[in-house]
Amino acid sequence: MTIDLLIIGVGPAGMAAAITARQAGLSVVVADENAAVGGQVYRSVASGPLAHSNVLGDDYRAGRALAEAFAGSGAQYLPETTVFMIERLEGPGFVVGLATAKQAQMREARHVLIATGALERPFPIPGWTLPGVMTAGAAQTLLKSSAIVPEGPTVLAGSGPLLYLLAAQYARAGVRLAAILDTTPRGNWLKALRHLPAFLTSPYLLKGLMLLRVAAKGHRIIRHVSALEAIGEGQLTSVRAVAGRRDITIPATTLLLHQGVVPQVNLAMASGVEHRWSEARLAFEPNLTPDGETNVPGLFIAGDSGGIAGAEVAQASGTLAALSILDRIDMAGSSNREPTRSNARSTLARSLRGRAFLDALYRPAPQFRRPNDEVIICRCEEITAGEIRRHIKRGAQGPNQMKAFTRAGMGPCQGRSCGLTLTELFAEQTGHDPQEIGHLRLRAPVKPVTIAQMAGLAETKQN
Amino acid sequence: MFRRLLEPTHAVTIRIDGNYVTAAKGDTIAAVLLLAGNPRFRTTSKSGLPRGPYCGMGVCFDCLVTIDGEPNRQACLAKVREGMEVTTGLGSPQLAAGKQP
Repeated sequence: MTIDLLIIGVGPAGMAAAITARQAGLSVVVADENAAVGGQVYRSVASGPLAHSNVLGDDYRAGRALAEAFAGSGAQYLPETTVFMIERLEGPGFVVGLATAKQAQMREARHVLIATGALERPFPIPGWTLPGVMTAGAAQTLLKSSAIVPEGPTVLAGSGPLLYLLAAQYARAGVRLAAILDTTPRGNWLKALRHLPAFLTSPYLLKGLMLLRVAAKGHRIIRHVSALEAIGEGQLTSVRAVAGRRDITIPATTLLLHQGVVPQVNLAMASGVEHRWSEARLAFEPNLTPDGETNVPGLFIAGDSGGIAGAEVAQASGTLAALSILDRIDMAGSSNREPTRSNARSTLARSLRGRAFLDALYRPAPQFRRPNDEVIICRCEEITAGEIRRHIKRGAQGPNQMKAFTRAGMGPCQGRSCGLTLTELFAEQTGHDPQEIGHLRLRAPVKPVTIAQMAGLAETKQN
Repeated sequence: MFRRLLEPTHAVTIRIDGNYVTAAKGDTIAAVLLLAGNPRFRTTSKSGLPRGPYCGMGVCFDCLVTIDGEPNRQACLAKVREGMEVTTGLGSPQLAAGKQP
């Protein structure tokens, strides 16, 4: 049976879209890799060990109502299910490949919404592949899903709102970090200043200031860090940082890295969605209509995978995408949906105010995006920045040829950990615009699928 | 290197590299290994150097372990189940001999 709407991702965007579409009686299937609803931001919000605690903060708990509405929406929810491909059918609609640990299946859907959210921007520093080094997001995931916190000397390093959100959550949980190493470049404040008037009206201003206060309490913060190194033999033992004339080494068993998040583009790019380079956010973002439709008719994107803007915007954009799909199915009912639509649009506008200020302030420094030659940039295939630069100098034509020459981007993560670095290294070496250079070409399956899963698929087709 | 803020309400027993380990319902394999003080999940096929979980959300494929005989599973996504057998160190690409689909 053909589904009206298939949604990939059960974070705020996916849940909001499912709720809206179900209210109008559409058949909705929602697939997500994780075992429970919430996405990253609302991970374990419905049943996690800290669901009722104040450790994670009010914004986290706000996700609970959404998760409850989703649970009651009647959407068919497929947890622990990976979508590895979306293909357009000859007529209208799509065929979507879904895989669980045991088997794969193909489902047909009239409309598809990609709401796969964000991932951490690559943070290639010397030693970032050592066990003991992980992203701040990974640490926050452990906190949300299992109430697990670091023990022993822990350093939090990088830039951006999530860095201080995690520091504040740890402070509330009674965890004291060995140090916070803030890599926000000194000059960013000046560049951000012209966007300050708009940010003064942003709902995030007050939240941000409160967060900084909680995070700073009892934590040693070293600002303007311009170089970082993770040190250890087979496992992290210390972190080295340079800040101004200071060069310090801090013993640490855990280093948590973060320099912002970027849209997950793999599924959308592999499905033919056009993307463009955002110089303000240093990432590829899909070209979308105001309602979130891509250049592929019937394929929508909502939430952070459409451009980083946070949970409130994600929820509003999910609602708008679902409303647009409803309009297509039932034009006559469009006027009844107008109040919901204008509500979502004003949430969107309010939450996006002052966004440019945060983009400018937390723009990561070049040396943390295009590291020195000895640093590994492709974690899967263990390729260094030096190897990439050498091949560019020899005339490699873009990231795809680089993949053929070096295997960078060819490992199981499919360029998720190195794609942006590759594009930026090409821009650095050739002087060309990242838009012109483009991203690694991505193809289905966007996540590894086993032969056994595929074989099972052939059997179901025959039956 | 990691600890729990709360004592687990539902205990689950799994085996990691032959040793019995008590976990909490809802934990991922990655969480249990980190709690046990082991951030070294596997070695890479190229340099042979150890790796552990990095992204914690299914993106980086650095936390690969063998679960119930199935190699290259992402420890950060897989939840514990009573009686689960986890083997570390086998993340490098290799064929599971004699395994039927």
